[in-house]
Amino acid sequence: MAETTLTDTDTTTSAPTARIGRFGPYGGQYVPETIMPALEELDRDFRAVIVDAEFQAELGRLLADYVGRPTPIYEARGFAARIGSGPVWLKREDLAHTGAHKINNALGQGLLAKRMGKRRIIAETGAGQHGVATATVCAMLGLECVVYMGEEDIRRQALNVYRMRLLGAEVRPVTSGTRTLKDAISEAFRDWVTTIQDSYYLIGSAVGPHPYPEIVKRFQSVISTEARAQIIERLGGLPQRVVACVGGGSNAIGSFAAFVDDRDVEIVGVEAGGRGSGLGDNAATLQTGAPGVLHGAYSYVLQDADGQIVGTHSISAGLDYPGVGPEHSFLKDAGRVRYDAIGDRDALDAFFLLSQTEGILPALEPAHALAWVAQNPIPGVTLVTLSGRGDKDVHTVAEAMGQEGALR
Amino acid sequence: MTRFTSTFERLRADGVCGLFPYLTAGYPDRATSRDLALAALEAGADGFEIGVPFSDPLADGATLQRANARALEGGATLDTALELAQYIRARAPDAPLALMTYSNPLLRRGETGFARALAAAGADGAIVPDLPGEESASLGAALAAEGMDLVQMLAPTSPDIRLARVGALARGFVYCVALVGVTGARDQVAGDLGPFLARVRAVTSTPLVVGFGISRPEHVHAVAAAGADGVIVASALVDLLERSGNDLQAARIYLTEMKAATTRAVLA
Repeated sequence: MAETTLTDTDTTTSAPTARIGRFGPYGGQYVPETIMPALEELDRDFRAVIVDAEFQAELGRLLADYVGRPTPIYEARGFAARIGSGPVWLKREDLAHTGAHKINNALGQGLLAKRMGKRRIIAETGAGQHGVATATVCAMLGLECVVYMGEEDIRRQALNVYRMRLLGAEVRPVTSGTRTLKDAISEAFRDWVTTIQDSYYLIGSAVGPHPYPEIVKRFQSVISTEARAQIIERLGGLPQRVVACVGGGSNAIGSFAAFVDDRDVEIVGVEAGGRGSGLGDNAATLQTGAPGVLHGAYSYVLQDADGQIVGTHSISAGLDYPGVGPEHSFLKDAGRVRYDAIGDRDALDAFFLLSQTEGILPALEPAHALAWVAQNPIPGVTLVTLSGRGDKDVHTVAEAMGQEGALR
Repeated sequence: MTRFTSTFERLRADGVCGLFPYLTAGYPDRATSRDLALAALEAGADGFEIGVPFSDPLADGATLQRANARALEGGATLDTALELAQYIRARAPDAPLALMTYSNPLLRRGETGFARALAAAGADGAIVPDLPGEESASLGAALAAEGMDLVQMLAPTSPDIRLARVGALARGFVYCVALVGVTGARDQVAGDLGPFLARVRAVTSTPLVVGFGISRPEHVHAVAAAGADGVIVASALVDLLERSGNDLQAARIYLTEMKAATTRAVLA
């Protein structure tokens, strides 16, 4: 795995007024004082392991033998032909162990937690993929695992709840607020504030206070480091466009990282447009939100005129979040990444289209990216991250189709 | 001299620790939160922490989450908290008032706008539980420009180097978090509160106010005996209102008992 240099979030000073962990104005550490010493410890230990040869060797071994990396890239010819586009290549994170990209970060942070001597892992989950990945890594590393999950998500992702319990994790239902990912993260933070001395909070998305966005990016960057080398090897050059879905933005930041400096590569992040553009009807934070603070970082947030965080809607539990990772806010303002939104209905169409043209059931999250690709065909090469497989969503899809009365 | 300074000087001269009830603005509704403030003043409250309701109160336990949610359902906003401050100021000219708000409602108003609104409402400062010392420079300056204090928080987990760093920023008082955790009534005060306060005392002469988990007169007495200048009572007050169906007379009696325990003298 190639090492990128840490420049944008370098912490050379710990003075109280230092603007550490910032992507432009975004990021920072907006957390209670109780947590601050733990974040300092985490920052220090993270910086130590990323230059530690032994740690990197262990991570590399497990990424290969346990996760099954590198995941392949696959040219989806049937899908491209149907949408009338140039070549569409899929980065197959759905083929990683546990069925999604979430394992990359869960493994990296799990090893870090173990190195820090932590025995108990806390995680939040929306669609359940990060919860499953964390429960998996904890089982393998012998760590206690508690996963917070909103009641609404427990209902729509019952399969993943059962998987986590099979893996020995305790799934704690969250009944406050919107009962989805936002409140699961809040509850995980509350647990961590209380158990800070012996627990590690293994956050699953590129959100949260510094250094989390940087840690998650580091461990997810394997997606684009591999994909960039693979596509150059196959095609002898770079893709014209790189596309990924964005909820909190972990698969997207990992998919973009190695291409950000390739100025000719167009990068697109696709958010959840839900059922419409009204506040509360979608989770398109970068489209309809405004900068603010949620879960420890300054970033775009879906909020009302009084600064209250609003509820979101998406057919995809993994994108159903009113915030977004701070680096995405920076990349949007800098104009380096184009962010757009795709609604529930179009995501469902893309779910069927990939299933029927390629024999691949995509998760509803990357189905948003696929729908955007279908609506924006280009003659050149598109690389899309297929961040997870759709088995977990079969029930949700069947329910949505039942409401419409027929398969389309 | 600010109201914080004069109040803590008076309390020190009297050899007592001040009682600072926390009121969630608009909880259980606007009128009742005003009446609760009056009941608290009758009980001898020395000042108030006025909470701005927020949808995602990260540092709060179940009780204050419910209070926040109920206040929001009733339409409460930052302005509701400012109005409550104004209401109390008109009736208690000398009582220090600190607004407690999470970062986002504050940023939505803008730091300068927030500071001006605070000053106009007759408040004395702000407490922002998700704004650690590292992130507080710009708000601290905006508040100072309006004569308002930004209260810093310290926790038992803060190592000495952080105590010194954050302590150097202290204005008004230092909010000492009594436990490792979120807000909410507990059975007892943490055993290491005394050593923690002593560590904070070593880095700042600013008055120390203890909050989180304080619910009984014996807790207040323990905090006073540990040398704190003030104590904040929050969740326990909400618990009482929930239990009693918003009985303000019960709240007044409860706070009177809490106030009576603020003496540093050893109880017989």
